[in-house]
Amino acid sequence: MTHGDSRSKSLRDLRKCPTGIRGLDEVTNGGLPRGRPTLICGAAGCGKTLLGMEFIVRGIRDFNEPGIFMSFEENEKELTENVASLGFDLADLQKRNLLAIDHVRVERSEIQETGEYDLEGLFVRISCAKKQIGAKRIVLDSLESLFAGLPNENILRAELRRLFRWLKDQGLTAVITAEQGRQSLTRHGLEEYVSDCVISLDHRVVNQVATRRLRVIKYRGSAHGTSEYPTMIDESGLSILPLSALGLDYPVSSERVSSGIKRLDTMLGGKGYYKGSSILVSGTAGAGKSSMAAAFSDSVCSRGRRTLYLSFEEAPGQILRNMGSIGMDLGKHVRKGLLEFRSMRSTFHGLEQHLVSIHKLVTQFKPAALVMDPVTNLTSIGSTEEIKAMLTRIIDYLKNQGITALFTSLTPGGEAFEQSEVGISSLMDTWLLLRMIESASERNRVLYILKSRGMAHSNQMREFVLSDKGIQLVDVYTGTGGVYTGTARMNQIAADQARAAGAANEAARKKRLSAQEAASTRAQMEALRVKLAGLAQEAELGKLAEQGRLAALTQERQEMARARGVD
Amino acid sequence: MAKRTKRGPLRAAKELELAEKKRARQNYVLRLYVAGMTPRSDEAIRHVKALCDKHLSGRCDLQVIDIYQQPTLAKGEQIIAAPTLIRKLPLPLRKIIGNMALEEKLLVGLDLRARKP
Repeated sequence: MTHGDSRSKSLRDLRKCPTGIRGLDEVTNGGLPRGRPTLICGAAGCGKTLLGMEFIVRGIRDFNEPGIFMSFEENEKELTENVASLGFDLADLQKRNLLAIDHVRVERSEIQETGEYDLEGLFVRISCAKKQIGAKRIVLDSLESLFAGLPNENILRAELRRLFRWLKDQGLTAVITAEQGRQSLTRHGLEEYVSDCVISLDHRVVNQVATRRLRVIKYRGSAHGTSEYPTMIDESGLSILPLSALGLDYPVSSERVSSGIKRLDTMLGGKGYYKGSSILVSGTAGAGKSSMAAAFSDSVCSRGRRTLYLSFEEAPGQILRNMGSIGMDLGKHVRKGLLEFRSMRSTFHGLEQHLVSIHKLVTQFKPAALVMDPVTNLTSIGSTEEIKAMLTRIIDYLKNQGITALFTSLTPGGEAFEQSEVGISSLMDTWLLLRMIESASERNRVLYILKSRGMAHSNQMREFVLSDKGIQLVDVYTGTGGVYTGTARMNQIAADQARAAGAANEAARKKRLSAQEAASTRAQMEALRVKLAGLAQEAELGKLAEQGRLAALTQERQEMARARGVD
Repeated sequence: MAKRTKRGPLRAAKELELAEKKRARQNYVLRLYVAGMTPRSDEAIRHVKALCDKHLSGRCDLQVIDIYQQPTLAKGEQIIAAPTLIRKLPLPLRKIIGNMALEEKLLVGLDLRARKP
């Protein structure tokens, strides 16, 4: 963490008051400033009252700090009913003297002003409630009703300034809600008075999908997350996702997880995926992405670990039926509670809402693996950048939890495979590509590993065969003139075998021929050699005869000289 | 329907007359909430008492309450500002806040003088 130092320092300097609201304490590094007022601003319906109420109720429940809820808008009965669905029993808390609700009714028509006044009535009510329950926290929701009810704004402003000062002196941690103004943070400029901590809530509609966000605009004396955090309101209240607060310092495991396909494990360095890694399976329509996801889920569940399967396209029943057809019984895992399907249309929520609900599901279900099938379906509710940002957050979160995640991604046919992955491939540790190869009037599936970080993985293409016995990977046949799959593979194998047999015969014939040739040549050589020897013998004999003739000639001459009597 | 319209205006005029008489006789129940004995509280008490003597002589029940002494009443009576004068009777309830220095406004607030159109 780069700002780790400042974080610990700020904790020393400033005491915090934890809210107990999921995520908010992470974003604010521990909670709201203790003993100081915090301003919550936002437009109508963005959850200000809920945030205030949770601050009080969770404060009582989780931190044993009684609180006052001073409402200027809703009365006790309405408030109680509104939060009953969240499991908050306000009546009970009031009975136990932990909560004081004070509904301040300000009716302009009832009030006539005659000269100067102050807001001491409000002060008295607060200090009375504080004494009664020993309150540590207070919510004022929303003070701006006073501007509508009391005519003299100058007095009001002066009194509010005094009120905030007084709340500080009382040591109350206060949450003050205010309606968003057109130009300013709040309609009546309350941010001028409450300047220790300002949080803005936002509820906006993009592409007809509503998303909630929270941002800490200002937090005096403390480091805080500055981004807009996705926020969700559901049956358990408000939750803020501090996902982008996660860094890249998650724990890394060298444990391996089987892909559910034996041959694929072999291709992946012999053991499968890394635990806690992210895997992308991309391919064109019908290439078998879901089947690979199912095989992975099956493998994880068979080892007694939990899997969360998020489907954006198919209903759980349909997935079960379809996987049954390739010999995978996922139903047994579902019955054992190891496999949890969540099917929803991507357009059902905004991206942020998806993010929060996935986060929540994971926190509740605590799976060892998560499947998202297919992520590309999210493009209908967000731009590529937004989806990438969301997936980054999800992946960071899952990695922190050591959860192996498999994402499938639909690549439109005819586009470059390497660039159509909604820009997420760089986030992935392992990237498997399923391709359809068209040849010999067939479409066949091939699989290859585009990348797999941290393992020696195969560079080979494999044919991906789906049958009622499950998924099999078969060596593709790379004969002359390309890659052959399916029946073409079989044909080609047969043809090549025949060709090979023919060649072998030819070779044998050639061998025989050359052997004959060699034999006859050897015979000729022998004949010549014999002839040569005869010639040599003859020459020797000739030489001897010549010597004899010369000797006889010399002798004859000597004898003739002697006979003539030469002197 | 026809009957009513016939008798209507007559009756309405009578009712109005009666109400006028009633108000002139009616008892006023007033509560003045102040926060401590500040000059402002003092001023308010003085002004309200003067008004009672002047306009509601003999038919005014005025109580001055210090919310510091009885803080729970502040919540029960929906007091925000101090001083606050509440007209409990006659109904409807009226609240007047301030030091009661502006007599005209005070009278209007208590329905002792007609509101200006």
